[in-house]
Amino acid sequence: MISTEQTITVTINGTTYEREVAARKLLIHFVRDDLDLTGSHIGCDTGNCGACSMLVDGTLVKSCMMLAVQADGATVETVEGLSDGDELNRLQASFREHHALQCGYCTPGMLMSATALLREKPSPSDDEIRKALQGNICRCTGYWNIFEAVKAAAQ
Amino acid sequence: MTSTTVAPEQVEVGKAWSGQSVPRKEDKRLVQGQGVFVDDIKRHGMGYLHFVRSPYAHAHITSIDVSKAEELPGVYGTLTGEEVAALTDPFFQISSAPGANVKDFSLAVGKVRFVGEAIVAVVAETRELARDASELVEIEYEPIDAVVDARRARDPGVPTIHEDAGGNLMWHGVYEWGDLDAAFAEADRVVKIDQLHFHRFNSTPLECDGALVEFNKGTGQWTIHTNNQFPGFAAIMMGPAMRTGLDRLRFVTQDIGGGFGNKITSHPQLVVCCLLARKLGRPIQWTEWRTDFHLSMSHGNERWFLDTEVAVKSDGTLLGFRTKALDDAGAWLRYEPLGGVIWAQVTPGMYKWRNIRVDFTQVATNKAPVSPNRGYSRMQHLWFTERVIDIVAHELDLDPVEVRKRNYIKVEDMPYETPNGCVYDSGDYAQMLDIGLELVDHANIDQRRADAQTRGKLLGVGIGSTLDSGTNNFGQSRMINPELQFSGNNEVATVKLDIFGEIVVTLGTTPQGQGHETTAAQVVADILKCSVDDVNVRAGHDSYWNSHAGFSGTYASQFAVTGLSAVKGATEMLAAEIKKLAGAVFGGVPEEALELADGTVRIKDNPEAALPFMACGAIINANNAGLPEDLGVTLNCRYVYRPPFQVPDVERKFGNLTLTYATQIHVAVIEIDPETGYYDIVDYAAVDDCGKRINPQIVEGQVMGATAQALGAAVHENFVYDEDGNLLTPNFYDYHVPHALDMPPLATGSLESPSPFTPLGTKGMGEGGGAGIHAVCAAVQDALRGHGDAIVWDSCNPYHRVWEMLNDPKGAGGTVSVTDG
Repeated sequence: MISTEQTITVTINGTTYEREVAARKLLIHFVRDDLDLTGSHIGCDTGNCGACSMLVDGTLVKSCMMLAVQADGATVETVEGLSDGDELNRLQASFREHHALQCGYCTPGMLMSATALLREKPSPSDDEIRKALQGNICRCTGYWNIFEAVKAAAQ
Repeated sequence: MTSTTVAPEQVEVGKAWSGQSVPRKEDKRLVQGQGVFVDDIKRHGMGYLHFVRSPYAHAHITSIDVSKAEELPGVYGTLTGEEVAALTDPFFQISSAPGANVKDFSLAVGKVRFVGEAIVAVVAETRELARDASELVEIEYEPIDAVVDARRARDPGVPTIHEDAGGNLMWHGVYEWGDLDAAFAEADRVVKIDQLHFHRFNSTPLECDGALVEFNKGTGQWTIHTNNQFPGFAAIMMGPAMRTGLDRLRFVTQDIGGGFGNKITSHPQLVVCCLLARKLGRPIQWTEWRTDFHLSMSHGNERWFLDTEVAVKSDGTLLGFRTKALDDAGAWLRYEPLGGVIWAQVTPGMYKWRNIRVDFTQVATNKAPVSPNRGYSRMQHLWFTERVIDIVAHELDLDPVEVRKRNYIKVEDMPYETPNGCVYDSGDYAQMLDIGLELVDHANIDQRRADAQTRGKLLGVGIGSTLDSGTNNFGQSRMINPELQFSGNNEVATVKLDIFGEIVVTLGTTPQGQGHETTAAQVVADILKCSVDDVNVRAGHDSYWNSHAGFSGTYASQFAVTGLSAVKGATEMLAAEIKKLAGAVFGGVPEEALELADGTVRIKDNPEAALPFMACGAIINANNAGLPEDLGVTLNCRYVYRPPFQVPDVERKFGNLTLTYATQIHVAVIEIDPETGYYDIVDYAAVDDCGKRINPQIVEGQVMGATAQALGAAVHENFVYDEDGNLLTPNFYDYHVPHALDMPPLATGSLESPSPFTPLGTKGMGEGGGAGIHAVCAAVQDALRGHGDAIVWDSCNPYHRVWEMLNDPKGAGGTVSVTDG
């Protein structure tokens, strides 16, 4: 009989977790429901909104498009790992200064997409910034201030 | 090139906090993923709820069998419409007859009326199991023809959606002010527009609805952690239906992931959660799926304007109009038919015409229920008035800028009483238009039009003038139903000084990103003469805090008036008490001789004699022996702000319906590719006037967000139904909201015309973005001038529709005729 449960080991923001998970459980539900890391959010059923964006082995993924078991052995970074203690990092501080968030629901995903961009391209062009944010939906800001925040953090 | 004041202004120490772009208090937790949204809350043993929804737009339910679902291991239980009908009463209806007769329960009873309507709720150990079990619920249907076109809803032979209402008419009322006959007699020209259509969309907050509900068997109380944005309304809907007192319904929120009005009418789902929490004896967790939200929640009011006639002088002076407004309410009246009166807050738009007749009808259809959506009902009406202005200008070959300036209510006319008794408090529309035109370089528009033509593009410029009426007088609901006992408005705040001198503020509101914690702290700090960092504003809403009133919530552009006025009132009470206490401690020093400064209360002529707030808090709370018996100081002050309203005259449909009128002028410049109909917005300006701005950066953020939503709605967003009542855009794949790459360059501008009617000179704001829809429609219309001259008659103009208007101007557009008056 094929097992529907599997034990996985995942390292998230420096902490290693070993858990038994249902094979069909999405990575985002595993992180939010099983590990109580609720900073990453869910805004759609279809992989369009990007609120659940996180870095898996350094690659930006929408964690609703991946099963938890696929992350077995992986190193994962989420919004909870961005700041140093209670000290905001440069990108987070820039979001605050530029009023790049209102309700804050899309913000964790936005921050992870921008983090991935700035790691790959520390001095991105305007178009590169917009393209990097294209997979993340924000319904509050109209993106203008998010763009400015990322641009300022890059300089 | 985008030009916005994105960088925060330096916060100046010693200057008033109000008026400065103080960085938001909320942000520190939100950028670290430390916000608490409803789906983040967990309880031991909670069950996940999933709704079984209708695949039919209209059908009788002949049988429901939940036995297989209940037998699945891990399933805790179910709830059906039959049980709901036994355990609850139908929701109170706002409407007069025939809508008053509709019987609305929180699950479908005997019949389904739209695709996505909830029929059965299933609760299980995991989200996945709840969905699996839902697949095992067996429901048999007898389909009925669906009613999807509001214009046909009352035709002979069309199926009746609500038998209790005796047909598909829900509400009808005639609004008439001035002298229409005289206006049309005086007119040089009469412009007739056969139909205009405002389409169906909403703001799709990124967080869907949800709740975590616990039932305390010992006290009979439910604790409802939810992101409902108007708990006061939810409570008065739920209490009577559940046959319980409101003290047993405790509403708690912290962070809400956007609302925009779309999270007002979740009371049916909350009732289901409450019933199941009691039935199953365990906490119930419900998080709506995105597809469920699109299918079933709070679509914006879809409205037709039929047989419109406009009386106008040859020089473009507008005398009046008459129209038949037809609202498509969808299947249930969950906040409706209030949309049938809310528009009247802005009856004449921004123009001086005095003779207006609107024959308003609302009908039921087999679509999702409509409910408030940012700009609720006023946006539809203002789109109509703006379309009328541009169509009149187009037909009479007049300049839309000149027609607006000729007819705008002028700054010297303020405060201005509209034909229906509303009072526009302040504003300078013509100056705002000039600012907007300058921001898009309108002076060179002819040259730019010629340049575009050399590139094969059609350039168009469009203006959207709009009002954001705020702080409702709920007495307007009596125009819908004279039996209703609502009027006025209120909001509550408490401000206290705790034992160690902590300043603690509670609000009655349910913010969804508007920065209430920050702006409230600014107002408090200015009065108590301390730093905003010293002011602790509790995050969220909890009806246990006693800091709420009947109309508490966050909706309808009112926090800057109702919420902040309550904060101001409570803080002034506290300031007076601090002085009273200090006067007694100092041995009988009169209050006039005292002042607050730097977190202390001190004697004006002897600043050395100062009592820190910490000492004040400690004396009252923990060291109060020997204080005068009649001191009357608690340092815990609650204030209810009540705007100065009268009950409107229901017979004449006359009265002041809202306290403030923030104003927006948007200007769009577009370039259409005539080969494909594709267009780019190449320049865009949004000018806002919301009176005194407590935090300019937050205001600008609201302007930007509202603009983005309007541009999405103008170009893409549309809840489209097929003829069988299937929603064709039930998720973000098919329902395209703007992405970062879709945004045009934006320039923002502002004026400050303080409201003479509010304690802080503020006006509610945040919903004025509908101007973007008007501006894009006008720009398309302008670009088509001389290229088929189609009339833009729908509020949504995706590229294929523009292509149709170019290629079949008479077939694709509306029909307009002009006759001599």
